[in-house]
Amino acid sequence: MFVDFIIVLVKAGLVIFALLNLAGLLTWAERKQSAVMQDRVGPNRANIGKLTLGGLLHPVADGIKMITKEDFIPEGANRTLHTLAPAAALFPALVVFAVIPFGDTLVLFGRAIQLQVAQLNVGIMYIFAVSSLAVYGTMLAGWASNNNYSLLGGLRASSQMISYELSIGLSILGIVLIYETAMLDEIVRQQGELLWGFIPKWGIILQPFAFILFLGAALAENKRVPFDMPEGESEIIGYFVEYSSMKFGMFFLAEFVEIIIVSGLVTTLFFGGWQVPYLHATGEVVGFVWPFGLGAWHLPQWLVALIQVGAFAIKVLIGCWILLVVRWTLPRFRYDQIMHLGWKVWFELALINLLITAVVVLLVT
Amino acid sequence: MEALLFWIFSIIGVTCGGMVIWNRNPMGSAIYLVVTMLCLSGLYALLNGAFVAVLQVLIYAGAVMVLMLFVIMMLSMRPEGAPREGSMPVWIAAGVIGLIVVLRIGALFDFGRPPDAVDEFGTIQGVGALLFNTYVLPFELISVLLLIAVIGAVILSKRDAQ
Repeated sequence: MFVDFIIVLVKAGLVIFALLNLAGLLTWAERKQSAVMQDRVGPNRANIGKLTLGGLLHPVADGIKMITKEDFIPEGANRTLHTLAPAAALFPALVVFAVIPFGDTLVLFGRAIQLQVAQLNVGIMYIFAVSSLAVYGTMLAGWASNNNYSLLGGLRASSQMISYELSIGLSILGIVLIYETAMLDEIVRQQGELLWGFIPKWGIILQPFAFILFLGAALAENKRVPFDMPEGESEIIGYFVEYSSMKFGMFFLAEFVEIIIVSGLVTTLFFGGWQVPYLHATGEVVGFVWPFGLGAWHLPQWLVALIQVGAFAIKVLIGCWILLVVRWTLPRFRYDQIMHLGWKVWFELALINLLITAVVVLLVT
Repeated sequence: MEALLFWIFSIIGVTCGGMVIWNRNPMGSAIYLVVTMLCLSGLYALLNGAFVAVLQVLIYAGAVMVLMLFVIMMLSMRPEGAPREGSMPVWIAAGVIGLIVVLRIGALFDFGRPPDAVDEFGTIQGVGALLFNTYVLPFELISVLLLIAVIGAVILSKRDAQ
């Protein structure tokens, strides 16, 4: 009992640690990558003596700057809600990762440890529920600042987020229909099976259309280019215009944590999670079993678990990289275009995809 | 552990429920109502109703209350300034009578000890099987009722535009 409690604490601590650090690193990656894509040098000035580490010290400098800056609350603003809003924005982003499995079972000292913080029967529903709370951060920030521009920004942000939530839910339902479970670890486990003996049964192969719908809707939910109307870093004033110091930092951090969440969800639902094709952690052979009867490689259990966690990490990082490329490639939508796309295109396509999936599943089984 | 969580959720839930009424700022009331919803969801989770708990957050906290906040933001309601009517003794008397009524009504129903949760109780599979087998007719009737309400709202709002 006590040991189980400690194990859960360690897993939760590890996930939070990885999320926050990766989010910090992503701020650097975004600047450096945009610089490379636009043929610039990018951040290279923050240094300790002669040491610049290719701009890697910029996130550290940013953190120090944000914590030491003046924390300003505008006159007439609601102090409680103004302070609560950044926490309400960051909290859902941090707790969503609890149900995402980052590895298969690890056997350590004769104890099987599930590499997932919370194994919930309602896994996917939990993700919907928690991410539907993210809208409070933006709404409260817009309202509590006592500033009409932030209020408009907050309204725009929240209407965009609730519009695309529908498409996100509908696009994932196809996955639930195919794997017949809402538990994320079970979905990942089933993606290790093979189609016709050699193609891994990943979500993107069975539901390619849902992948595109999910990615698009998740980008809109994340409020980044091409859906960055609510923030409009370059010219429009967004919902956090009245925020300074680490409170602004928390909105900023939440955005980058959300990139990792989107990438983690895409990996889990569509790219096999921690699965490496042909690699088995349990069963007759622990290790690689090659298709077409090409034999098998036996590997120790801990090495298999390590490879799988590594595979998950690499997939998530590639996902983050793709999201950054999208952000620095596409121009921005107009607001009415975002709403039109969300309600009259994305929503219908998600419904059609769900209908076709349901019919196919019914015919096959 | 369960008892501890139950008391935490109940105390926070009831306190915030009271604050919904006593708070003078509509925005504050709405936020307290959200916290009450979250506490209710925690109580459902303690009762093995994981699916209901998640739906509570998803629908009430994530959708219904968001719409209420939208209305409050759009109307830019200010904290109410007028003093409340009634004196302190009246309020206390009303509270006592209300409490007695609630307790008496509660005593009318003897729920007994709830049955132990069976394997699929409260999971998506369990709730789904109940909704689409045993209770499929009421479920579909409620869906039609909601659809009628939605269509009615659209027609009412479109009538002015013509």
